Amino acid sequence: MAFDSIYRIAGSSMNAQTVRLNTVASNLANADSAAAKAEDVYQARKPVFAAVYNNDQLTRGVGMGGAHVQVLDVVTAGREPVRRFDPDNPLADDQGYVFYADIDQIEEMTDMMSATRSFETSVEVLNRLKSMQQGLLKLGES
Amino acid sequence: MSIRIDDVVGVHGRALELRMQRSEILAANLANEDTPGFLARDIDFAGEMQRLDPQQRFAASSAELKYRVPTQPSQDGNSVELSVEQAAFSKNAMDFQTSLTFLSMKFRGLKQAIEGR
Repeated sequence: MAFDSIYRIAGSSMNAQTVRLNTVASNLANADSAAAKAEDVYQARKPVFAAVYNNDQLTRGVGMGGAHVQVLDVVTAGREPVRRFDPDNPLADDQGYVFYADIDQIEEMTDMMSATRSFETSVEVLNRLKSMQQGLLKLGES
Repeated sequence: MSIRIDDVVGVHGRALELRMQRSEILAANLANEDTPGFLARDIDFAGEMQRLDPQQRFAASSAELKYRVPTQPSQDGNSVELSVEQAAFSKNAMDFQTSLTFLSMKFRGLKQAIEGR
């Protein structure tokens, strides 16, 4: 049946979007983490998505054309840390500077909205699928 | 005169099969909404139904996949448009239910004929 592969596709999408939401939460939480050295600054994390095609045409004949999402890796964005003058900070160096991660909070918020939308889409797909399957099971009843 | 179940089911069997395949492909499009370089695909439902051999209700070959032409292409090469895919998925699910309803009605008719009511 094609149903189980659709469940897997929607599940993989939800999983990928959860990873994405996780990185967003991590980035936002660490937006104000200071560090004494440029190397110690928190780096913004971004997930890398890839499509994996279900190539089971040979074995089953049905369920072709599907592609689920795989989180290939979570990479650090590699942006330059921001140097800020803050002599009162206990982490400040002899010139009174501390380092902060260069995190664009607006970008993270929009990323969060996009991830939430995609997650909700997958939930909707699952709901639809459930009613399709229930309809099929009721076929022939009365 | 005997009742042939194939004649009763008619094209609805193949229609259900195609709807099912299509929902998988549309689900894949929706799942890969944020995957860079992913090209949205779809089945030409009417074309596939016309290709159907009247003698053979369940096609041996699987449906041909076509690529969707996006209305607004994006920079990262992804051609999935959420609104288009969501609408297509909803419509496909509704059409699936319609085919099911048709089949249900056919079976009910058969039952009535058998029971003689």
